[in-house]
Amino acid sequence: MSADVLPRRSPAAAWLAENGAVVALVVLVVALSLLSGDFLSLTNLLNVGVQAAVTAILAFGSTFVIVTGGIDLSVGSVAALSAISLAWTATSAGLPWPLATLVSLAVGIACGLVSAALIAYGKLPPFIATLAMLGIARGLALVVSEGSPIAMPDAVSELGGTIGAYLPIPLIVMVVMGVIAAVILNRTYPGRAMYAIGGNQEAARLSGIKVDRQLLITYALSGGFAAVAGIVLASRLASAQPQAAAGYELDAIAAVVIGGASLSGGKGRALGTLVGALILAVLRNGLNLLSVSAFWQQVVIGVVIALAVLVDTLRRRGTN
Amino acid sequence: MSQEILRAEGLRKTFPGVVALDGVDLSLRTGEVHVLLGENGAGKSTLIKILSGAYHPDGGRVLMDSRQVHIRSAGDAQRLGIATIYQEFNLVPQLTVAENLALGRPPRRFGFVDVRRMEQQAGRLLERVGVDVDPRTPTARLGIARMQMVEIAKALALDARVLIMDEPTAVLTTSEVARLFAIVRQLRDEGVAVVFITHHLEEIAEIGGRVTVLRDGRSVAEVPANTRRDELVGLMVGRPIDQQYPRRPAERGEPLLEVRGLTRRGVFDDVSFEVRAGEVVGMAGLVGAGRTEVARALFGADRYDAGQVFVRGRPLPPGDVHAAMEAGLGLVPEDRKAQGLVLGADVAENLGLVTMRDATRAGFVDRPGLRRTAAKVAEQLGIRMTGLSQEVRTLSGGNQQKVVIGKWLAANANVLILDEPTRGVDVGAKVEIYQLVNALTAAGDAVLMISSDLPEVLGMSDRILVMARGRLVGELPAAEATQDAVMALATTETSHVR
Ligand SMILES: Nc1ncnc2c1ncn2[C@@H]1O[C@H](COP(=O)(O)OP(=O)(O)OP(=O)(O)O)[C@@H](O)[C@H]1O
Ligand SMILES: [Mg+2]
Repeated sequence: MSADVLPRRSPAAAWLAENGAVVALVVLVVALSLLSGDFLSLTNLLNVGVQAAVTAILAFGSTFVIVTGGIDLSVGSVAALSAISLAWTATSAGLPWPLATLVSLAVGIACGLVSAALIAYGKLPPFIATLAMLGIARGLALVVSEGSPIAMPDAVSELGGTIGAYLPIPLIVMVVMGVIAAVILNRTYPGRAMYAIGGNQEAARLSGIKVDRQLLITYALSGGFAAVAGIVLASRLASAQPQAAAGYELDAIAAVVIGGASLSGGKGRALGTLVGALILAVLRNGLNLLSVSAFWQQVVIGVVIALAVLVDTLRRRGTN
Repeated sequence: MSQEILRAEGLRKTFPGVVALDGVDLSLRTGEVHVLLGENGAGKSTLIKILSGAYHPDGGRVLMDSRQVHIRSAGDAQRLGIATIYQEFNLVPQLTVAENLALGRPPRRFGFVDVRRMEQQAGRLLERVGVDVDPRTPTARLGIARMQMVEIAKALALDARVLIMDEPTAVLTTSEVARLFAIVRQLRDEGVAVVFITHHLEEIAEIGGRVTVLRDGRSVAEVPANTRRDELVGLMVGRPIDQQYPRRPAERGEPLLEVRGLTRRGVFDDVSFEVRAGEVVGMAGLVGAGRTEVARALFGADRYDAGQVFVRGRPLPPGDVHAAMEAGLGLVPEDRKAQGLVLGADVAENLGLVTMRDATRAGFVDRPGLRRTAAKVAEQLGIRMTGLSQEVRTLSGGNQQKVVIGKWLAANANVLILDEPTRGVDVGAKVEIYQLVNALTAAGDAVLMISSDLPEVLGMSDRILVMARGRLVGELPAAEATQDAVMALATTETSHVR
C-alpha cells in the first residue's frame, strides 16, 4: 500500500481548495480597495464589520441547522421577537435589564424548541415547520409591541456602541459567538452528532445517537443565536422594532452556503460562515461606495451566491 | 468459435493519494463468463467503472471488436452494448420498482408515461429473475437482496452484448444464486460476454470460464476457472490461507439475549430464541424470511406488535436503539451505504460514531482519543486507506464493510448482531473477521449472525436457527447441520404470516 501512495498535494494547495471563500474574500477586498479610495479606511472597515455582525450571528445559528441537513427560515422573525421581548419586559413590565435579557434569550430558544418539536415529533419537514415559526414569531412581535418600536434599556443599548473610541461591540459579540459556534461544532457531542445526522440520519440513529433530542438542541441553538443577533441589532438602533430583521434569514442561509456548507447536510464550518457573512457585507458596502443602485445590488448578490455554490460543486466533482 | 469482443490494455487510474489501477489488461470473449478476482481495494470496481463510462482512465486503451473506443459516459457504454450492475446500488429508493426498472426510458403514450405498460414490462422482468414483488412496491421497502435482484433485472432489460456484474451474489442466498447462475448461463450461451466479480471462491468453478486476478491495481494472472482454490488465493493474496472457517467454540454461560414471542404483523410471528454468553448463533433462511426484520426489531430500530426482548434477564423497552446499546447490544446492519456509514465523513469519524458518546466528558468529545482508537481498529481489520482522513465514500466496498464492523468493535458490545457481516469482504479479511468473532465469544460475549452465505453460517455458528416466512421453523446444532438440512427447513411451507 505505502508504495502506492503518491506525494500528497502541498498543504497550501489543499488549504486553498478547501477555502475558496477566503480567496474570494481577499480578491474582493483587493479589488474594492483599488476601485474605491474610501474602502480601505479604518472607519469603513469597522463599519463593514458592524454590518456583517448581525448576519454572521444569525448565520452561525443557521450553520448548526444546515449541518444537520435542515433549514431554519424563522431566524429573522425570532430575532425581532426576542428583541421586542427584551424591550417590553424591561420597560412595560419593569424587569431589571439582566433579567429581561435572559427572558429574551429564553424566548429565542423556546421558538427553536417549538420548531424542532414539530420536526422531530410532528415529522414536519424543516422548511415547513420553520416557515410556520417565521409567521408566528413575527406575528407575536407585532402583537406584543402593538406594532410600534419599544425603547431598549440604556444598559443594553451600550452593546451598540464602541469600546474606547473605535472598537465596535457588535464586532466583539460576533467574534465571541463565532468562537462558541466553532467550539460547539468541533468539540462537543451535540456538534459532532449534527454532522452525523446530516451525513446519514439512519446510520446516526442506528449508532445510538438520539436524533430527536439532538434536533431539539440544534434548533434551540439556532433560536438562541437569533436572540443574540436581535439584541445586537436593536441595541444599535437603541430600540426594538417589530419589523426588524425581516428577510435576514435568507442572508444567513446565503452566508452559510457561500462559506462552503452543503444544504444536503453533513458539511459546514463556523469559520466558513463568518467568511460568507463578510463577503456579503463587503460586497454591499463596496457597491454602495461605487454608487451602484440598490436594485442592481440585489442582482449582483444573487449572482455571487449562485457563483459561490457553482464553483464549490464543480470543485467537488473534479475530485471525485 | 468465440471471438474477442472487448480488450483493455494497460489501464491506469489514480485518485488523490492512491493508484487504483497500475497497468491492467483484460480480454473478453463472446459467450464467456470472465471472473475478476482480487482483494478488497485491488481495483476491480475501478476497472469496471472505466468500462462502463463512470471513470476516465489516466492511461491505456479499450478496444471493442478490435477497434479503439472512448467510453466517456454511461450513455456511450449503453450504445456500445455494455450494461453494468454496480457493487453499490443505483436505485432511487422513493420510486417504485417498476419506475426504477424503466428509469430514463419509460414507455410512453401520447407523450405521457404509460404506467400500465411500464408495470407489465416490469412484471415480466421480475418474473425472469424470479423475484416475487409487486412492481408498484416502493423500492426502499425491498430489503437488500431483492434490491440486488431488481438491479439484475434492470441490466437484463438493456439486452447488452457485454454484461458486467460487480459482486451480484454478495447478498443473495443459495436459491437466488442458483437462479442467477441459470440466467447467466443462458445469456452466455446466447453469446453475451459476462464479467463477474465475486469473493465467493466456490462460485468461480461453477460459473466461470477464465479468471483474471488483480493485485494492487495490476493484472497478475489469467487462469482457467478450474484452477485450484489455494492457487487462486495465492495469486490474489500472495500468501496461503489455511483455514476458511476457524471457529473455536467457547465455554457457554448464561443467556445474554432472550427473545420471547416477538411479533410484527405481516412480517414475523412469535419468534422466540436465546443467545448465551460464548455462543455464536447463526440465522439462516431465504430472502424475505424475516431475519433482518427480527434483528432490527430486537435492536430497537423498528417497532414490533407483541413479544419482549431481554438482555441479561432485563426487559428492553421497544423501539429504543439507545437503550439497546446501553444494555450492550450492537448491530451491524445489512445495508452499509444506507444504514451503516456516513459516506461523506472520514474513516476516523465513522469508526468513532458509536463510541463518541462514551468519549464525551462534560459535553466535550475527546476526538484525539477517538482517533487513536480508530487507528487501532483500522490496523486490526486491515482497512486499506490513504489515511484516517479518507472519505469513506471513496473506500472500496469491502473496506467500507470493515469500517461498519469496526465501529462496533470499538464499542465493546456484549451481544453483537451481525447482518451479512462479510458482504463483499475478501477471503483473507473474512478470516480476520471470524477470528474477531472467536475473540469476542472467548471473552464471554455473544454473537447472533445472519448470513446468506450458507457455508459461513455452517462454518462459524454453534447453533443454527432457520426462519421461513416470518417464523422460526427449526434449530440445528452445528454438528448436525448440513446445507441440505438447512435448506429443507428454510423452504418449509408455513401458513403465510398476516
Ligand atoms: N473515488 C475515489 N477516490 C479515491 N480513491 C478511490 C476512489 N475510488 C476508489 N478508490 C481507491 O481505489 C482503490 C481500488 O478500489 P476498488 O473499489 O476498485 O477496489 P475493489 O477491487 O473493487 O475492492 P472491493 O473488493 O472491496 O470491492 C481503493 O484503494 C480505493 O480506496
Ligand atoms: Mg469493488
